[in-house]
Amino acid sequence: MASIELRDVWHSYDLEEGKKNNWQYAVENINITYENGAAVALLGPSGCGKTTLLKIISGLTKPTKGQVLFDGEDVSHLSAKDRHIAQVFQFPVVYDSMNVYGNIAFPLANDGVDSSTIRKRVYEVAEILEITDLLKEPAGRLNPADKQKVSLGRGIVRPNTAAVLLDEPLTVIDPKAQWGLRRKLKQVQKELNFTMIYVTHDQHEALTFAEKVTVMQVGKIDQTGTPEELHENPASMFIGYFIGSPGMNMMDCTVAPDGTVAYNGTSFQISKKLASGLLEHGNELTLGIRPEYVELITRQEKNAMSGTVKLVEDTGAYKIVTVTMGSLDLKARAPETMKVEEGQAVWMGFPEKDLKFFKDGKKVL
Amino acid sequence: MKYDNKAWLFLLPALGVMALSAFIPLMTVVNYSLHYIFSGAIPEFVGFANFIEVIRDAKFQGALGRQLLFSIAILAVQMPLGIAIALSMPKKGVGVAISLVLLGIPLLIPYNVVGIVWRLFSQSDIGLIPEVLSWIGYEYNVSLDPIDAPVTIFLLDVWHWTPLVALLAYAGYLAIPDAFYRAAEIDGASRWKTFRYVTLPKLRPVLVLGFLLRFMDSFKIYAEPLLLTGGGPGDTTTFMSLFVARKAQSYELGYAGAASIIYLFIVIVMSYLFFQLLTKLGQGESQKA
Repeated sequence: MASIELRDVWHSYDLEEGKKNNWQYAVENINITYENGAAVALLGPSGCGKTTLLKIISGLTKPTKGQVLFDGEDVSHLSAKDRHIAQVFQFPVVYDSMNVYGNIAFPLANDGVDSSTIRKRVYEVAEILEITDLLKEPAGRLNPADKQKVSLGRGIVRPNTAAVLLDEPLTVIDPKAQWGLRRKLKQVQKELNFTMIYVTHDQHEALTFAEKVTVMQVGKIDQTGTPEELHENPASMFIGYFIGSPGMNMMDCTVAPDGTVAYNGTSFQISKKLASGLLEHGNELTLGIRPEYVELITRQEKNAMSGTVKLVEDTGAYKIVTVTMGSLDLKARAPETMKVEEGQAVWMGFPEKDLKFFKDGKKVL
Repeated sequence: MKYDNKAWLFLLPALGVMALSAFIPLMTVVNYSLHYIFSGAIPEFVGFANFIEVIRDAKFQGALGRQLLFSIAILAVQMPLGIAIALSMPKKGVGVAISLVLLGIPLLIPYNVVGIVWRLFSQSDIGLIPEVLSWIGYEYNVSLDPIDAPVTIFLLDVWHWTPLVALLAYAGYLAIPDAFYRAAEIDGASRWKTFRYVTLPKLRPVLVLGFLLRFMDSFKIYAEPLLLTGGGPGDTTTFMSLFVARKAQSYELGYAGAASIIYLFIVIVMSYLFFQLLTKLGQGESQKA
C-alpha cells in the first residue's frame, strides 16, 4: 500500500508514435496526490484521458514528461510488475483454464511464494470476497460479477500491492449484481485499507465509492474534491453540468452594480455585496443553479420569475419539472406532494446562497 | 420457448444435395462391400467376407500404418509450427498484409498443381531439391529411395498446409483482448506461463478446428503421392486413399468398398475422439502452480 502522486504529468500518444506535426497531448498538466489507503475515483466522460492516467499510474504507459511517485519515491522508470499495482479491468479477466484457487494463487506462485503460504493467503482473500465455496470451480464458468471478484482477488492477494486500479469494473455486470459488487469493493477497500483508484464515466459509481473524486475533462483535471464539494461547489461549468442528475441549470446573464441580474429578458435581485464581488470579473457571466435549489412556487412572489411548465418527470420520490421561459428551459426539483401540471404557469426563486457564477467556464464566486 | 419443425423445411435443399452427393454414393459403396463383384459378372452376396479379407490383408495394414504415421507426423509438426508462425507475425502495419499474402499463397494453389510443381522440384535429373542436397553430399532420389519419397511428401504437406493452422491461430490470437496480457504482466507471469495460461486456452477453439481439419485432410491425402511418386518406390508412399483407389481401379470393387467403409469408420471415430478429447482438455483443470 502506498500513497500515489502524479507530478506535472503530460502525455502525448502522437509523440509516442513519432508524429511530428499537429501532435496533441492526451493528458496535460496533471498533478494529483492520493493518500495511502484512500478510496478515490477518476471521473470523466469517454475520451477524457482517464484510461491514459490509469496506464501511467500502473506503468503500462510511460508519460511524455512528469513523474510518478509512490510513497514519495520516483517509480516512473519501473515496469507495471515492479510497481506492484493491481488492476481490475472493464471486461472480467480470469485465467479460464484454471480454477478460482489457481487464479488467485497465480500472482503469488509467480513470485515464488511457498505453497502453504499461498494456501493460507488464498483462503483469506476468498473469505473476504465471499467466494470460498467457488474456489474449486473453473474460473471460466463463473458469472461476470464473480469473475470480477476473482480478478480483484488476484490484485489483493499480494501483501505488497501498492494500489488497486479499477477500470470501469461494473460495465459488463448486470444491474442487479452491480449493487452487491460495488458494496464488496467498498468493503474490501475499507477492511484492507488499500489505496483504490476507481475509474469510471458514471458519476453515481464514482460518488458512492470514493471519498475523493477527480473530475477530468479533455485531458485536464477540472477539480478534485469530496462528492459534496463537487456537488455544492463545482469549480467549472462542466462539473456543474456533469455532476448531479439532472445537471446544473446554466444561463448567461448580465450583472449590474445595483444587484440586478438580467438574463433571457427577465431579471432578479441579488445583494449589492455579491454584485460588487462579481463585477470584479466583468459583468457578462454565466449563472448556475442546481435544480434542487430552484424554489418552485405556484403563485407570484417578489423576486420570482415566471415560466410555464413544459414537462413533469415523476421519479416517485420527487418530481423533475422542466420550466420554459421563452427560449430557455430550466429544471427544478419539486417535492412529490407538489401538484404541478404541464402547461401550468409557475414562478421560480433563486436563493442567493445557492447561486454559482462562472466566467469562461470557471467558477468565479 | 416453442419449437416447431419449420427448420427441417429450410434444411431440405441442403439435405437433398447431401443425399445425391454423399448418401447415395455411400450406400452404393456399402452395397459393393457386401458382394463379390467383378466387372461384367453378376454380383454375388458374400456378407462380411470382403471386410475380413481387407483386415487380414498385409497390404491394407501396411497402408493404414503408413497413413497413421503420416498423419501423426503432420499434426505433430504443423500444429506447433503454425502456432509459432502465428505468434511471431506482426500485429499491425504493412507487415500484416505481407505475411497474410505469403501464408495465403500455398493455400490458393490446387492440390494437383502443388503435386506437379513439387515433382519438378524433386525430379532427380533437373530438380532443385536433389541439386541443393548434392552440395552437402546427400544423394537424393525421390523415385528410388524409400525414405526420400515419404519425407518429400511430408515436407510438401507441411509447406502446403501449415499456413492454414497459422492463419487460424493468428485470427484467434488477434481476438484475444489486450487486457489478458496486461493482467498477466501485472501478475508477474513469465512468457511461458502467459502462453500456457492466456494464449493457449484462448486459442483452443480455433486449434481444435485446425487440428481436426488437418487430421481429416492429411488422413485422406491422395493427389500429392499420386502425382509425386505414384505411391512408390514400392509401397512406401501408398497411403490409404491411394491404396483404396488402386483397388477400385483394378475392378476389385467388393474389396475396395469394404476397405472404404473401414477407412471412413476410422476417420469418423478418430475425429470424434479427438474432438471430445480436445474440447475437454484443460477445461477446469485444477492448477496448483
